[in-house]
Amino acid sequence: MPGMFIDVEVDASVAADAELVGKLVEVCPVSIFARSEGGGLEIVEENLDECTLCDLCIQAAPEGVRVIKLYEQG
Amino acid sequence: MAILIDKETTFIVQGITGREAVSLTRENLAYGSRIVGGVTPGRAGRDVYGVPVYDCVRDITAHTKVDGSVVCVPPKFTRDAVFEAIENGIKLIVVVTERIPRQEVAQMVELARLRGARIIGPNCLGIITPGEVKMGGVGGPAEDTRKAYMRGSVGIMSRSGGMTTEIANTLTAAGLGQSTAVSIGGDAIIGTSYAELMPLFEADPETQAIAIYSEPGGRMEAELSEWVNQNGSRLPIVAFMAGRFMDKMPGMRFGHAGTIVEGKADTTADKIERMTKSGISVAERIEEIPELIKQRLAEAR
Amino acid sequence: MRFYEYESKELFARHGLPLGKRGIATSRDEARARAREIGAPVVLKSQVLSGGRMKAGAVKFADTPDEAAALFDEIMPIVVNGQTARSVLVEEKSPISQEYYVAVTWDGRRKLPVLVFSDMGGIDIEQVAEKYPDHMSQTHVSTILPFTPRLAKEAIGATGVSGSALNRLTPIVSTLVEIFLAYDLTLAEINPLVRLENGRFAVLDGHIDMEAEAREKHTALLEDLGIEPEETRQARPPSEFEIAGARVDAADHRGVAGNVVEFDGDLGLVIGAGGGSLTLFDAVLKQGGRPANYCEIGGNPSVKKTCELTKLVLGKPGVEKIAVMMNVVSNTRVDIVARGVIKGCVESGRDPASTIAIFRIPGSWEEEGFKILERHRVEYCDRSVSMYEAAGRAVAKTRAQT
Repeated sequence: MPGMFIDVEVDASVAADAELVGKLVEVCPVSIFARSEGGGLEIVEENLDECTLCDLCIQAAPEGVRVIKLYEQG
Repeated sequence: MAILIDKETTFIVQGITGREAVSLTRENLAYGSRIVGGVTPGRAGRDVYGVPVYDCVRDITAHTKVDGSVVCVPPKFTRDAVFEAIENGIKLIVVVTERIPRQEVAQMVELARLRGARIIGPNCLGIITPGEVKMGGVGGPAEDTRKAYMRGSVGIMSRSGGMTTEIANTLTAAGLGQSTAVSIGGDAIIGTSYAELMPLFEADPETQAIAIYSEPGGRMEAELSEWVNQNGSRLPIVAFMAGRFMDKMPGMRFGHAGTIVEGKADTTADKIERMTKSGISVAERIEEIPELIKQRLAEAR
Repeated sequence: MRFYEYESKELFARHGLPLGKRGIATSRDEARARAREIGAPVVLKSQVLSGGRMKAGAVKFADTPDEAAALFDEIMPIVVNGQTARSVLVEEKSPISQEYYVAVTWDGRRKLPVLVFSDMGGIDIEQVAEKYPDHMSQTHVSTILPFTPRLAKEAIGATGVSGSALNRLTPIVSTLVEIFLAYDLTLAEINPLVRLENGRFAVLDGHIDMEAEAREKHTALLEDLGIEPEETRQARPPSEFEIAGARVDAADHRGVAGNVVEFDGDLGLVIGAGGGSLTLFDAVLKQGGRPANYCEIGGNPSVKKTCELTKLVLGKPGVEKIAVMMNVVSNTRVDIVARGVIKGCVESGRDPASTIAIFRIPGSWEEEGFKILERHRVEYCDRSVSMYEAAGRAVAKTRAQT
């Protein structure tokens, strides 16, 4: 479920890459990314609206992560 | 000219990997500040927007000239971080952290005094010399800072970080630029008070007037009035006094840790009276400040 | 954070300061029992977080245990400067031959603790300073060099005290300085410190204030004294609303949404930061507004924190509208606050567009914030509208609705 203001989309290829997942978990200042029990990627829904648009996740995986501002959607 | 910092100033950020320090670093770099390193124990080898991170201040001062440090670590670790900066020869320390017990602040200030260092803050947003450099979160992102601040001849001193920028913005909109703005901190004990900064502004040929944000609590305004009485400043001073409602609510703390009315000398009424007597103009609203400064400058001519 | 007298004395006793026999009474029977144990005559003192007890008639003397019981009923209901009594301290009463004043507090100008001593205790120290300056000394204490008793000796000696009194007073005054430094106090006061007719010295009344910011460092002591974490010990006891506000702030370490103070008006305020809140509150009052609350947001609070604060303010009966206002912000982000207040309205079942009377937060990330506000049709203004003017608009809107 997206937040009221922000949603984050992560490509399956990124979510399956243990190293990239680790990076995402490390760089996000508001803990939107977490490692799931199986070692994959989990999006922490309650933190989505806390996104600071810092782009650090996009820098970590430029092709595979998109931050969507829901208030800009038609 | 300006006071405290210019474009040659080099500084470090202690606690650089924290949430607020990361933004502050980005914003300062984008404004043109020379941040030569950051410190977070255990994080050596990382970098924050290209600024290398070290475990100790010593690891930077050993090979680089460091003029200042912005201390942005949690309250529990602030005293230690400030001691580390001072003992490694850093002379200008901006302490951003708030909620530090007074005694620990006093210890920092006392050590700084012994070593010839200056502390700005705690509980402040730092210093800005518009168009050149800023040191601390004052003004926020570089583009916002450029909107609010413009280079010119008014020095700002403020017990509130946010109101530093509010005043600058009002001055800028009225065509009055600023030489240097200092967010001096909102705590009961701070490293550098209005009266302690006055000689610096006084000696700066660029500065022609002073704008001040003040509030209830403490003796800082009384100290400034005394300073003005004794030294006959060449600079017209215009002060804004917030928290007038607090005069009727003794013992309650509002705004900042240093803002409480415990005795008559803490009230805005008393402070306004003292300041007015020593020739400081007191504005009722922020938007009156530019006009008052213009009037005072015209009278001085 | 102020201590009750009995708590102050408990701390003094732990550090070996001389005190009379004493006990706490919470009922008339207990007062009688305490007086019997101690041995009459006794003094009964209301335990309130305020000075001016004597003047209010909340300190009385009893010659017998029965009289102590009767006086308990007299003293207990007395409200002193808005503070109700928690209990009554029953203490032995002894004839006095000399009163002294001693206190340690902060000198914000010198940025050091200052030890104030006078051999004219029992009266207002400011009067002594004015009328009898030779009978008062002020001695600054280092916070980084070890404290040694010679400073206390010098402070006492400076008022002309010598002989055995000097030697008896020195360790007492030294201990008070040590207590001040050890517990991050903002005030440690003994007034009066007395020499009794029997030659002994005793602490008759004491007052301690601990710095709120240092509470976490001294949890063991506070627990021992029975001071609960939620006791704010402000000048007036906190309301339910204020306690809930403190909880909102404590629940999330990101930023500040604190110092919620309840007022009896109808305009909810989500304002900041430290200085901005003071400026805005003045502006609302000056233009005839009736604030429902005071608060301070700042330090870039999380969306969650602002949201919870908004819900709290909107939950207050009679609050139809809130004004969301700050000075030009530097580190707090306009978009994050916008998200928080809108979310708070929605989660309270309110329409953000009609609930938020005005949103005046220019500065950091404002373009992003304004997009969010437009999306939710909230009236906002940028930096060209002054704080005073924004407050005026909010006041006008609440007026229009009533």
